[in-house]
Amino acid sequence: MKIAVLVKQVVGSESSLEISPDNKWIEYSSATFVMNPPDSYAIEEAMSIKETVGEGEVVIVTMGSDSVQKVIREGLSKGADRGIHIQTDGKTNIDPLNTAKNIASALDEENFDLVLSGLQSDDTGMGQTGVLVGELLNMSTATLAIETNIDKEKIRVKRELESGWFQWVTLESPASISIQSGINQPRYPSLKGIMGAKKKEIKVIPVSEHETKQQVENIAVPQKSKETEIINTDVDSSVKRIVEILKSEVKVF
Amino acid sequence: MKSLIIIEHKNGVLHRMSREAISGAQKIGGDITALVIGEKAELISSELSNFQIEKTFMVNHELVPSYNADGYKEIIKQVIESVSPNVIITGHTYQARDFMPRISASLDIPFIPDVIEVEDNIYIKQVLNSKLNASISSSEEQVLVSFQSASFSEEDIVKGSSSSEFFEASLDASSIKSKSDEPFQESASEVDLESAELIVSVGRGIEKEENKSIAFELAEVIGAEVSASRPVVDAGWLPSSRQVGSSGSTVSPKLYLSLGVSGAIQHVVGMKGSKNILAINKDPGAPIFEIADYAVVGDLLEIVPKLITALKDS
Repeated sequence: MKIAVLVKQVVGSESSLEISPDNKWIEYSSATFVMNPPDSYAIEEAMSIKETVGEGEVVIVTMGSDSVQKVIREGLSKGADRGIHIQTDGKTNIDPLNTAKNIASALDEENFDLVLSGLQSDDTGMGQTGVLVGELLNMSTATLAIETNIDKEKIRVKRELESGWFQWVTLESPASISIQSGINQPRYPSLKGIMGAKKKEIKVIPVSEHETKQQVENIAVPQKSKETEIINTDVDSSVKRIVEILKSEVKVF
Repeated sequence: MKSLIIIEHKNGVLHRMSREAISGAQKIGGDITALVIGEKAELISSELSNFQIEKTFMVNHELVPSYNADGYKEIIKQVIESVSPNVIITGHTYQARDFMPRISASLDIPFIPDVIEVEDNIYIKQVLNSKLNASISSSEEQVLVSFQSASFSEEDIVKGSSSSEFFEASLDASSIKSKSDEPFQESASEVDLESAELIVSVGRGIEKEENKSIAFELAEVIGAEVSASRPVVDAGWLPSSRQVGSSGSTVSPKLYLSLGVSGAIQHVVGMKGSKNILAINKDPGAPIFEIADYAVVGDLLEIVPKLITALKDS
């Protein structure tokens, strides 16, 4: 079974966020980067499907400047077999259709059985690239998978719905599936894995031009919309004030 | 300006976020068409007839009695081609995240998701772990947009009257590639958070499972339901039926009293519409305080037992 995992390098949650002079994004020179956390669940799921099936290949696919090869290596060190890097100038791309068209053309000839992706990225939060790629490649798609039951004969996915509801869906192969965070316990790379990753192949494909259909006009710190009363005092005074709020202001009784 | 709202419903009940989407579409202005798909389409459209919208299309096709992504994609594509809307709107629900990207790729229309505000064709969305807001534009004739929960208020819906008619979608069985089983719940729901007036919510800050008893005791004293954030549910301390947030319930009670909830965006989208938010947290920098009306900085394990006693005494 041939599995592609779409991953992304994103600004880390602890990174400094300095707005760039054109007010359209942030300065990458002062930012720190990590693998998009939801993507590690997709890698783990791909590895465990390959292990269950007993044969196949896991390919880590990403797009960005040369620095994104770091997240491919991270995937390879966890046991993935090779990488595909769609190389760009590193400018922020907030157009998922554009991204998906590039990924789809990189994957097209490879005939993957499965494409897995994380729920959404922590930077742009578009949450659609995996489905877009699936649709562009005429695959079946499913989102928010919280359990998978996949072998050579069938693709069954338990989807998370809202308010504690779930649904099993049976998909035709090939399929693109977005993975809900928390589906598994992502493994850590072993020392042997880290050493081995250095020798694995990363194929570099130059980005191709597609029309840009959405762009950032401006980026800003959100305005706080409500006034907050801060109660930061000793326990007894806090309790007294909370009782007052509940009785006279919120009127819970 | 023409907009098309894809309505979401379950068991004959209109999704709250579809009402919010109508409210948002009315704010954008222009002609509004609503689309209801499924065997309950007529029932839902009668509810929509009280709103100020142009008309409602109903599609009741035997291949799509309830939600499935393949059927929705085909039907919505045909309606878009017939109505030619400038903007196609849904709530940013789990269902919308499933079918909207497929329409986007299939019709080559950009999808701007999780929008919190709209002004003059500029769509504002949170980015970079929700720390910054990006204003996004598109030069395309048509865009797909989903609204974040509680970005528009259903109370602002302009009432009026609207007509409804059936739309004949042509579908054949070969277009339904995936087979969806009946939705189910893991544990029978013991609570109805969405209609609760008062909620006491438990976050990771309660530290240990046994400490959840003080949350239940506080809830009992004020007559509230108990909810939880995802880490508490993932730890198995409370069932998923009590979870609030993007993967749980969306609530807007009179009081949301949170205990040790940090306020990750996935939680906040499920409760930011609450009328009063009182948050107790040790960390003065907890993101929950950004949206709280009352930010109590302190150790909940000390404050809550004394609060229970004080409330009982008063």
